[in-house]
This record gives sequence, C-alpha cells and structure tokens, in this order.
Amino acid sequence: MTDTALRIGLDIGSTTIKCVVLSPEGEILFSCYDRHYSLISQKTRELLTHLDSEVIKGQRAHLSISGSAGMGLALGARIPFVQEVYATKVAADRLAPGTDAVIELGGEDAKILFLKGTLEVRMNGSCAGGTGAFIDQMATLLSVTPAQMNEEAARAERTYTIASRCGVFAKTDVQPLLNQGAARADIARSIFMAVVNQTIAGLAQGRPIEGRVLYLGGPLTFLSELRACFDETLGLTGLCPENSLYFVAIGAAMQAGEPMMLGDAIEAIDAFHSTESYNALPPLFESEAELTAFRERHALAKVARRAPETYTGDVYLGVDSGSTTIKSAVISKDGELLFTRYQSNSGDPVPHVRVFLTDLRREHPEWTIRAGAVTGYGEELIRRAFGVDYGLVETVAHFTAARAFMPDVDFIIDIGGQDIKCFKIHNGVIDNIFLNEACSSGCGSFLQTFANALGYDIAEFSKLGLAARRPVDLGSRCTVFMNSSVKQAQKDGADVTDISAGLSISVVKNALYKVIRCSGPEELGRRIVVQGGTFLNDAVLRAFENELGVDVVRPDIAGLMGAYGAALHAREQRRLQPGESTVLDAQALEAFACKVTQTRCAGCENRCRLSISDFGAGRRYISGNRCDRPVSGGQQQHALNLYAYKQEKLRALMNTRRELAPRRKIGLPLGLNLYELLPFWHAFFSQLGFEVVTSPFSSRKLYIAGQATIPSDTVCFPAKLIHGHVDWLIAQGVKTIFYPCMSYNIDEHLGDNHYNCPVVAYYPEVISANMPAARAIDFIHDYVGIDRRRFFPKKMTAILQRHFPDITLQEVRAASDAAYKAYDAYLADVRAKGEEMIREARAQGRRIIVLAGRPYHVDPEINHGIDRLIAGFDAAVVTEDALSHHMKKEPVGVLNQWTYHSRLYAAARHIAAQPDMNLVQLVSFGCGVDAITTDEVREILESSGKIYTQIKIDEITNLGAVRIRLRSLFAAIDQQRAMDAHTADNSGKEV
Amino acid sequence: MSANHVEFTKEMREAGYTILVPNMLDFHFSLLEKVLHLNGYNVVVLKNSGPGVMSEGLKYVHNDTCVPALLVIGQFIDALHSGKYDLDKVALAITQTGGGCRASNYIHLLRKALKKAGLGHIPVISVNMSGLESSSGFKLTLPLIRQVICSLIYGDCIMHISNQTRPYEHKRGTTDALIASWNDELIRQFNEGKGLSQKEIRANLQKITADFDAIERSREKKTRVGVVGEIYVKYSPLGNNGLEQFLRTQDCEYMVPGVMGFVLFKIDNRIEDIHLYGGNPFKLLVCSLLKKYVQKMERILIEAIAEHPAFVPPSAFEHTKSLVKDVIGYGSKMGEGWLLTAEMLELAENGYENIICTQPFGCLPNHICGKGMIRRLMQVHPGINIVPIDYDLSATKVNQENRIRLMLAVARDAQTKRQQQELLIAQDEREAACSGNCEACKKAM
Repeated sequence: MTDTALRIGLDIGSTTIKCVVLSPEGEILFSCYDRHYSLISQKTRELLTHLDSEVIKGQRAHLSISGSAGMGLALGARIPFVQEVYATKVAADRLAPGTDAVIELGGEDAKILFLKGTLEVRMNGSCAGGTGAFIDQMATLLSVTPAQMNEEAARAERTYTIASRCGVFAKTDVQPLLNQGAARADIARSIFMAVVNQTIAGLAQGRPIEGRVLYLGGPLTFLSELRACFDETLGLTGLCPENSLYFVAIGAAMQAGEPMMLGDAIEAIDAFHSTESYNALPPLFESEAELTAFRERHALAKVARRAPETYTGDVYLGVDSGSTTIKSAVISKDGELLFTRYQSNSGDPVPHVRVFLTDLRREHPEWTIRAGAVTGYGEELIRRAFGVDYGLVETVAHFTAARAFMPDVDFIIDIGGQDIKCFKIHNGVIDNIFLNEACSSGCGSFLQTFANALGYDIAEFSKLGLAARRPVDLGSRCTVFMNSSVKQAQKDGADVTDISAGLSISVVKNALYKVIRCSGPEELGRRIVVQGGTFLNDAVLRAFENELGVDVVRPDIAGLMGAYGAALHAREQRRLQPGESTVLDAQALEAFACKVTQTRCAGCENRCRLSISDFGAGRRYISGNRCDRPVSGGQQQHALNLYAYKQEKLRALMNTRRELAPRRKIGLPLGLNLYELLPFWHAFFSQLGFEVVTSPFSSRKLYIAGQATIPSDTVCFPAKLIHGHVDWLIAQGVKTIFYPCMSYNIDEHLGDNHYNCPVVAYYPEVISANMPAARAIDFIHDYVGIDRRRFFPKKMTAILQRHFPDITLQEVRAASDAAYKAYDAYLADVRAKGEEMIREARAQGRRIIVLAGRPYHVDPEINHGIDRLIAGFDAAVVTEDALSHHMKKEPVGVLNQWTYHSRLYAAARHIAAQPDMNLVQLVSFGCGVDAITTDEVREILESSGKIYTQIKIDEITNLGAVRIRLRSLFAAIDQQRAMDAHTADNSGKEV
Repeated sequence: MSANHVEFTKEMREAGYTILVPNMLDFHFSLLEKVLHLNGYNVVVLKNSGPGVMSEGLKYVHNDTCVPALLVIGQFIDALHSGKYDLDKVALAITQTGGGCRASNYIHLLRKALKKAGLGHIPVISVNMSGLESSSGFKLTLPLIRQVICSLIYGDCIMHISNQTRPYEHKRGTTDALIASWNDELIRQFNEGKGLSQKEIRANLQKITADFDAIERSREKKTRVGVVGEIYVKYSPLGNNGLEQFLRTQDCEYMVPGVMGFVLFKIDNRIEDIHLYGGNPFKLLVCSLLKKYVQKMERILIEAIAEHPAFVPPSAFEHTKSLVKDVIGYGSKMGEGWLLTAEMLELAENGYENIICTQPFGCLPNHICGKGMIRRLMQVHPGINIVPIDYDLSATKVNQENRIRLMLAVARDAQTKRQQQELLIAQDEREAACSGNCEACKKAM
C-alpha cells in the first residue's frame, strides 16, 4: 500500500517557527516562517489548526517537530521529535547531494555538518556567540535593523577585531569603537567577520571546511554580506540554496513517524500546556498593602530640586556619557537640581551632547556655567569635544552623588545598561571595587533584551513582575544560558509575569553572587545606596531588598547619579580652583564641527588603527590606541616597567641564534611553560650545538594562523596561542620542535608542591594530537622533570637519543649545567632589576604597582599592554616573581601546590607589609586555578587593609574598563594617603 | 597544613561524632559506609539533593570553581543547615587525590565555605594517600584500605553487569530489586565479619554474576552508549543532571567504567612519575606491591564476569593502558589524565562506540585528555562517535540533552548503515568463499 498521507515538519527555533508540508513525493506544498515570541505552544497550536483546516483538510498526516525550542513541547505532547542537526543532514542528503559541508546559523544556534567522509556534526554548546541573536543584539547597539546592517557592511572599507565568543565581550569591543567614532559600515562588517571567526574557531575545531558548502538558516539567508564574509574567509563560494530556511523543517517532515490526526496533536498540546512544573520562588509582594508601603518608603529619597525658571546665576554641569546613554544634570550653586536629561546615545554621543548644550545655552541665558565635569566611557571624547573643565572616573562620580543622599553610605551598587559597578566605602574611601568584566547578565540590557523578545517595552515588562504569583527560579548565570532557562520555564507553564519577576530576581542574584560574590548581606554593610537605571525598576529593587534583608536607599534620580555626582564634583573643583569655565559657548556650539580621520600608529609593532577626531581649535581626540604613545607622543617612561624589561631580555634571547651550529635547527614555541624557561632551554640546546629558533612574541596574525586547530574553545587564551607559535616555527622550515610536557616546575620551596597547572603541563599533547603539521615533523614533547636536577641529565639523554642517537650523557650534563646556570642568572637579574626599580620609584615618590600573573602574561598580545597603561599613570610596574623570594613558605588558606601560584601568595604577603605597593592581578579568562588564587590573594591583601584589584584578560580586552578600574584604584589610594596624612597631622597636633 | 584547619581527633571519634560523606555512587557508597562503621567511624553518606544544595554551593563557593566542588560543598552545607545533625558533634570527610588539578583544593574550599557560613569549628577529614594531611582521629590503615577496595570491587561488579541487564529485562524493576537484595546480603555478611576475604569475594562475585545472568531479558540490540569523564560528574546523578536516567528513556544501553580503574590509575601515576623523572626506589617498590594487590582483585572481578558470555567483561587496567600508548603520554596524570582517553578507546573496543565525555565546565585536565584528544581518537578508531558535554549549574538540561540526542541520531544512522553493510557482506559470503579477511570474519574472531 502506498502512503498517501502528507508529511508535516515543524522547526521551532529559539526565535522563529518554520513549517513545511510535503507531498508523498517530497514536493513542498506549503511553507511558512514566523516569529513566535516565545509563545511556543500557542503558536504551534494556531499553526496546526490552520494546517488542519486549510492544507491537510482533516486527513491523517505524518507530523514531527524539530528545533531547539521544540523539544520540550514535542516530548510533552508525545509528538515525534527529530534532533535538528540530524534533520538538516537528512534534508541536505536529499536536496543537495554531493554537499561537503553545511554551515547553518539560527537564532541562538550555530552548526556545522561535515557530510563527506566520516559524518561529523557540530553545534554550539555553552556559547551563543556568533548566532542570529548575537547579530540582532549588535544591530540594536548600532540602532539599525539587521538588514540595514547588511547594507552598511557592503560599504565597509576595513575590519576591526571584535570578539565574537560571547555577545557580552563583543559589546565591550563595539561600544568603544562607537564611542570613538569609528565608521558604522566598518563596524557592521567587523561584526559579520566576528561571526565567521566564531563559527570557524568554535565549531570546525581543526577540520577544514572545503568543497561544496551550503549556507542555511535565517542570518545566512537574509544577510548577503555575512555570506560574503564566509566566502572570503574560507576561500570558496558557498551556496545558499532555495528553501535555505526550511531545511530543518523538511528533514523533520521526511523523518516523521506514523500518520496521525492533527486534532489529536492539538489536544495533546493543550493538555501539556496546562501543567505547571517549574521551580518557583516566593512572590515579590505578598499583598497590595506591602507594595504600597514599599512605594511610599522609596518616595522619600528625593534630591533637592529647584524649578529652573526661579533660578538665575551660577550653575554647574555634569555629564555621564555611558555605554548606551547620556545623562546630564545641571545644579545650582547650592547643589539643587535644576535640569536633567536622559537619552540614548545611538552609538555616537557627540551630536547628542551638542544638542543638549545648545538647548541649555538657548533656553537659559540667565545661567552662567561656572564649571562642568564629565564621567563615563565617553569622558575623554566629550571633554575634548566641548572643552568640559573636568573629567572624573565613574566610581568617584557615583560615590560623590551617593554621599549627598546618605553621608555615611558604606556600600554603593550601580546597575546600568551593561555595567555593574559596586564598591564598599571604608573610612570614607572607596575601598573595594567590583566591576563586571566578563559578564553582563546582571544588567539592565539583559532585562531589555528579554522584554523585547517577548514583545514588551522594558518599563511595562518589569511592572508585570510586581504581580507575579510564582516567579520562576532562573538561578544566577549567563544571559546565554538564561535564554534556554526561560524557554524551559515557558514550556513548563510559567506566564509572562512569573518570567518578568524571575528575571528581575536573577539580575539581582547575578549582581550579588556572580559579580560581587558575596556570601551574605552582612558582608556588604548596612548603609546601602542603589542607583543606575536598572534600579528604577521596582521589581529589581524589591528583589534586591528581599535578597539582602535590608532596606536600601534608591534616590529618585537613580539613573542620573553619575551626572549629578559629576556636577557636584565640578562645583567642588571650581571652589578649589577658581576660574572661568572652558565649556563651549553658544557661538562655538553653533560653529562646532568634528572631522574624523583614520591612520595607523607607527609607535610600535602593534600598529594600532587610530581614529583622530579633530574638533578644531587644537581640540583633538585620539582613539583606537592600545597605549599612550600616540597621545603622549612616545614619551612613555619604560625605565620603571619590569614587564618591558623582561620583554627586552627575552627578545635578546630570541635574536641569539648560533649561526653555523654543528647540529640542526631546533624550534622553541614561546608560550606557557616555555616562557619563563626560555633562558633554560635556550642555553641547554645552544650548548648542545643546536641552532635555537624561538617563535616571536604573539600577535593577532600569529593567533589567527593557528586558530583553526584549537580543539577546546573554552581553554585559556595563552594556550590557544601556542597553535600559532608552532605554526610559525613550522613555516620557518624548522624540522624539530621541542615543547616538553612538564607536570612539575622548578621547586622554589614556597608551597607544598611545585606543579604546573594541567594546561601548562600537558598542552604539548594537545598540539601533537590536533596539529597535523606538528605530527609531520619531529615534535619532541616528552615528559621532562627539571625539578629533579640529579636525574635530569640521564632522563633527558634518553629522550634526546631517540631523536639524535649521537648525543652523549656527558654532553647533556654540560648542557644541563649551562641551562640551570642561565636560568638562575635570569631570575637573579630580574629580581635585581625589580629591586632597583622599586628603589628608584621610592626615591621619586612614585606609586608601585605589582602586576601579578603568570610568566606568560609578559606577552604583549596576552596582557594587551596593560603594563604600559599602568606605567602611563606614572607608576612603577614590577612583577610578582621579583618579590616572592623575599618570603618563606607559610600556611595559606588553600592547597598551595603550583609553582607559579605560590609566587602570588608569597608576593601578596610581601606587599601587604609595604605601604607604597599595590597589587593588580591579571587573570586569563577560563583559568580554573585562578578561581582559587584570586580569592586567596584578595584575602591576604584585605586582611592588611589593602585594595585588591583583579583584571580579567582574554583574546580581546576592553581597556576602557581596565582604565576605570585603575583610575578608581589610584583615586582610592590617593584619598587613603590624604586621609592618613590628615590623621597624622591631627595626631601630631595633639601631641 | 592550612590556616583554617580544625583537626578531627581521636577523642572526637571516640565521642561518636557523625562523619558526613558526600554521595557519588549509591551502591559503592552504601558498602563503604558499612565498612567504615565496622571500623568505628560513625559515617553517614549524604543523600540530600535539590535546589538547596545548589544555592548553598553558589553562595559559599567561588562560582568559577568547577561544578563538583559547588555540589559537594553545597551538599555538606545544606546538610549542616538542615538541623538533622548536632553541629558540635559532626565532622566532614572528603577525598583529596593530591594531583595537580584544582580538585585537590576542594577540601580548602570547603573549609573556607564553612568559615564563611560560621561553621568553621567543624572538623574536616582529608581522605588521601599522599600524606597531604593527617588527623589523629582518622587513619587509612592497611586493613581499612583492603576493605575499601573490596567494597569497590563489589560495587564495580554490580554496576558493570546491572548496566547490561537493566535495559533488556523482561520485567521492569528486576535488576534494581536484585541490586537491593545483594546490597542487604553483603551488608549482612559484613556485619558478621564475612565477605571481605579474597575467597569469599570470589564466591560472592560468582553468585552475583550468576544471579544477574539469570534475569530474563530480551535479545534486541539497543544503542550502546559509554560514559567517561571527570569522576564526580560521570558518576553522580546530581553532577550530570540524571544522565543515566535520561539515556534509559532514550532506549540505550548505558555503560560507565568502574572505580577500580581510577584507583589503579592513581597508584600507577606514582610509578610512572618515578620512571619519568627518577625518584625513591622504596616508594617504587611499595607502589608496585599495592598495584599488584589491586590488580589481583581486579582479576577476580573480570574472571567472575567473563564466565558469563552474555556479559561484556570490563577490560583489565593494563590492557586499557596499552590502548593509548601512541595517543597520549603516561605522564599526563592530573585529574583523570590519560585514563580518560584510554577509557574512551576501551569502551569503543568493547562495542560502546558512542561516547559521552562529561566534564565540569572549564575543567582543565579535560581540555587536554577529553576535548583535546577527540580528533586523535577518531584517527585511531574510525567510527568512534564522541560528544563532549559540559556540566555547570547554569547549563540547562535541554541543551545537554539536545546534544546527546544529536550524538544518538548519528549513532543510529551509523547502526543502520552497518546493518545494511552486514547484510551485504552476509550475501557476499554466501556467494563466494571467504578469504578470512572480511568484516564478518574479523568480528567473529
């Protein structure tokens, strides 16, 4: 009997629902594509009802569901489910035979299928970077639609580097570009390139994409420029076939099971929809009365205001140029708030500020602007553009404003669109700063994104949460993961009020447990001021109070505190330094013009792309620079930077190559365990008669050259770089590479053991297993123990003799002696230099920053020039290994068993006793061991009243955020010093 | 010795302190609990799970720490907060392998968490064989070690064969009922001081394997799925979101290598270290003797299972080790090290080609031995079908299960293809005399 029933396939993705109906012969009879706004059961029901009456006409049909958001529904309603990647494969086999690889991007998924040879399918797991949602997010940031972004990208002239690993990181790359005035077309194209890189690096994992390639899914169907970027990178011309949106649905239809009546399926969906089975939290308010009391209490926190028309005379201006918005405030000479404005910056703050200032000058000619101050991401730009008198770091601005509401405030938390800033106040000094660097899940844009996805505006959406009966427990984690949690909750019957409340609660939990990582309310203090736009949302505020069990103050200008603080700061500064304000007047504003030119910096090998905004009259703003060179004209002091010194030492070694060596070339990749041991191995192999070829310091180019063979996309960046180094060596024609596995490092007697971390210890195994080029040469990656000096020559001889039979134990003994000698000399030299720098810094009264990390953090591509950034603040920069030898082993609160980490604890203990030293710790993203060291180092420092500062670094790092952190640290140190001096003076008087 | 250390003293033991232990494998741990009781330790294996465990973990442990630490510590603190235990008469015990992975630090993270939670006075016992920490109230004596190993042998045996009967049993629940009855029986024997000598173990294992083989079951072929990974995530349903349960609903036969392999691996590491870097010959001797003893026990286990052709027996440690000889170095010992890679090959060799490689999100050793080796394994064993799954408190079940479904879809695709091929081969065989080199012959050998 031939099967005459029609076949229906539904593909329910994260944002859209796609449907096809196939004839028994496989012809497409019907297809549709629609957004579902997360109303999955409802939409599916509507669609099936429509099909039943219009297409299937009440007959039996084969039905199956596919797609990431369809699984719950399919299982719950007992409709056959086809895994979506598999569905794509089935469809591709049928519709495009001979295809070698398929690249499919969806709303939140990215997939690559290799169809030729061994079938391999890859999909993104824990990361939604490089997907449709990411592109949408970026388009929102540029205030365009994705289609407009596509048009823009076609006009691009250049590409910037943007991290695509996570939308969060990308935002932090795009925002500064926008703030710096980079061309939108270039940014648009850069975003597409980021998607391409993410897909290839994250999913191909070393398998080349070649031959006939199909592009499927929404983004690749609708965005021609995205396809062009893939074509360019892969060096081929991929095909976007007919029905490219429907492959999953077609595959699902082809795999559908026994025919069924659609009416039965609809009934099953209804039954499933009515069950409620998610984890619920207590409601935000038990009763209406509670809500009223809450509102009344918060209505009391009001700033002093004055009607603008009743005031004439001196005013002070504050501007907070944030990542997505501009907030401005004008205050009277008595600090009363006269005028405010809160607006989106649409990616370019300059015209908005200009309009604001023009309005202000025109509408209030009776006011005299005595001084202005600007804070926030766009601080420098706005200051230069409009001649604003002062600039201040955001943390100080917020603290200044909070003090106006609560003079004895001891904790301030500010949650904005993408940033969380919070800090403790200890003895009137900002003492502990937390910024979200790696994650924006505790922020306002997170709520915004969800509100939009569900078709609400943010204010309306968050209000819904106040009435929620059973808020969804979404936990505290990344936005990316939250999407699927929300999906699951919806599947389990949560309605929009429960989701709204649940999201507000999770914003708070993220801020508390992820960013601040507090373990209880008592840790944060009891005098708390909350601010930032996100707290204007009552549900978030309530969730925060509930979580902490304390009533907090939310100023009625919670969203304007930065601007208000800046205005107060301007007033205070003017009081200290009387004079005229330089803020542009009406005439100058009228004539205002901004010319942006692009150029390459010639200051160093980084060759940064600079955007120079010229506002005339000598006011210029340079952006895109990684260091201060183009700004300060290359005057930077390197004399007191131990990072720079180490780089010089290593560079000298790299350039030492023994010409006419009796043996052949041997390559050493400069990374992980070889970084600090380069002097050791260089001496060792040179002594043995090899010509040692060392790979250079890392660069973006070197990284990209090796990225295709990285198997784990969550490993730390320093490890990923090794692929590029090995690739570089092989490209130099080196036929032998030495890169040893080392469980143990040198024992410095600072800990209970002297391990390397697993990645540093065994990464050579990954290179050997994943780089075909390394297997084709002599890649020596044996296990070597340099900690056992007595055994080393014998063990090493055995290893080397397998590759060079003529090497003798005697030779190796001599080489080993030379190696240990060279290594000891190197360490001694670094320590001596460190001491010298510290002495000099002390003599000159400079601050001393110990930039602590791992030896490989010296690499300029890994540390992103943060050492120079610090040196630019006129501080001396030294390293932890220049100090750790001062200390003896002492108990710490954790298992102290890694050589490099033991140095951190020892250095921290040393610094704790030095009043003029502060520690800044560099932490590579994904470093599991640093989850342990950071807490311990913090504890050591804080127990002696020091401020702990941690900077997370990755492939790309937002130096803007790093700058805020450093400036806050310096501001706090200065304030602390001033107060100490003050107390010392007073106590002096008493005596 | 660390700053937060509160020692578990002999007096505490004598005063009958309750010692809480986190759960990892139900059967293994219920026997261990008994063995420790018999040695005078008032041990309770924790069974609490649910959102309380996770929220306490998130609250008291650095959130970037791997998920086993969050769960184990969360489970402890949740239990301490439950009011079930006298907080002045309770101690905690946790294992510490002393490797270069951050797992050796769990005990310190636990102490930090206790301090944060205001429970800093509660003693924590480190169960380790590396001499990392000692306490006068708890001693890993030789007889105790022997009894622990015996319990693990029983546990491994029952886990290994029950996984092969449960999916096929005619009457649902037969396998689990048999497990429960053997649990009671072994504990009864332990109480009488029996069941722990080699002779008794051999006899018991023979009975156990016979009992399980007697379960009536179908002959159908289900998709065989092997699970490897970080030890806690791989075994504990709390750590892997009920992976075993999920695979059961997907009509799979589930297999996970036993604990003994890990024990032998940790002993073997010490021997390999000395081979690689030199060291104390006495230590080498002690470790070699210990390894020999455990291997003898392992042999008893394998022989008992191998007597029943219906069961796939576990591979001997030495064999498993030999599988990765040219794949990864034996010096790679942190975490599950080379054993993880080797177990994937062991499973594939035993017919479990579809493999889930489980790891905590951001697990360092797994970057090397798990994800880092997949490409190589596909060269060494074409047809191997591995999916790495990250576990994390925020990773949703939906995502994880979707990835596993994909792996299963590929597995079934391959299975169909193979069946078609086998049919063709069988046809060829009938048509022409076989030279002995065909797939079917190789298989038969």
